[in-house]
Amino acid sequence: MSIAVLFFPGTNCEQDTKYAVEKLGYKAEVVWHKESILPKDTEAVIVPGGFSYGDYLRSGAIAKFSPIMQEVVRFANGGGRVLGICNGFQILLESGLLPGAMKRNENLHFISKFANLKVISNENSFLSLTKNGDLLNMPVAHADGNYNIDPESLKKMYDNGQVILKYASDNGEELNLNGSVDCIAGVCNSTKTVFGLMPHPERACENSLGGEDGNKLLKGFLSSI
Amino acid sequence: MKAIVNIYLKEGVLDPQGKAVHHALSTMGFGDVSSVRMGKQVILELKTSDEKAAKVEVEKMCETLLANTVIENYTFELVK
Repeated sequence: MSIAVLFFPGTNCEQDTKYAVEKLGYKAEVVWHKESILPKDTEAVIVPGGFSYGDYLRSGAIAKFSPIMQEVVRFANGGGRVLGICNGFQILLESGLLPGAMKRNENLHFISKFANLKVISNENSFLSLTKNGDLLNMPVAHADGNYNIDPESLKKMYDNGQVILKYASDNGEELNLNGSVDCIAGVCNSTKTVFGLMPHPERACENSLGGEDGNKLLKGFLSSI
Repeated sequence: MKAIVNIYLKEGVLDPQGKAVHHALSTMGFGDVSSVRMGKQVILELKTSDEKAAKVEVEKMCETLLANTVIENYTFELVK
């Protein structure tokens, strides 16, 4: 059993992600974007953060055409578990595996800091180790994290528990970090098998990094496989 | 033949870059500007001289790669 961590030209979080996964006792394998099949024993896929293809055209737009992503789309459509972190989230949006799209941050800045995340819906494996309303603290580092979706689709997502994480203040009130609709930081697909979030759980996997809240999310995601 | 593709955020989708440029123009004293929308222009050199075929191809390129139709609209013109 192995977790495939994808690696595109410009990805820069693949080793951190592999480290965080292995620390939880799972085997992880970095998979190059030119591969057209996932390793045989792949049980889940993580699309890590970075700047795939230099963020040219739109973040994640070019990565979706790489051979490995065609395979990941097949894997996800067959019920396989997929997690996209930061640029990985953008790639999953561009690939159509998750609903919505990303725009440039409202203040046009690259935002790099620790942020609070509020759990909105824990009825999924990813957040199964948290409670609704819990606050989690982990780093964000992005320029294009301004999540956008039309009101009708957004309502459907709420009804189906697909809005899973929001940015929040220290006392748990919604916080407009980057301009995202309803302060959304993370979402999942309708069958709750594909997840995406802008913050970096792998950068909060031990106290020496400033916290280990990220482990709760990664553990939840991995425990479902 | 050339295809000149213009890509913009859809009406109603807030354009943060346009807003910043609008703000800068206002600060500089260009008070006549009531709104700014920023976009992208992609210029494609095409091998074909068949306009009909080119239109179909460029449309496909826009739908699959050049624009993200969740938040963006596109227009294009073909120039000989």
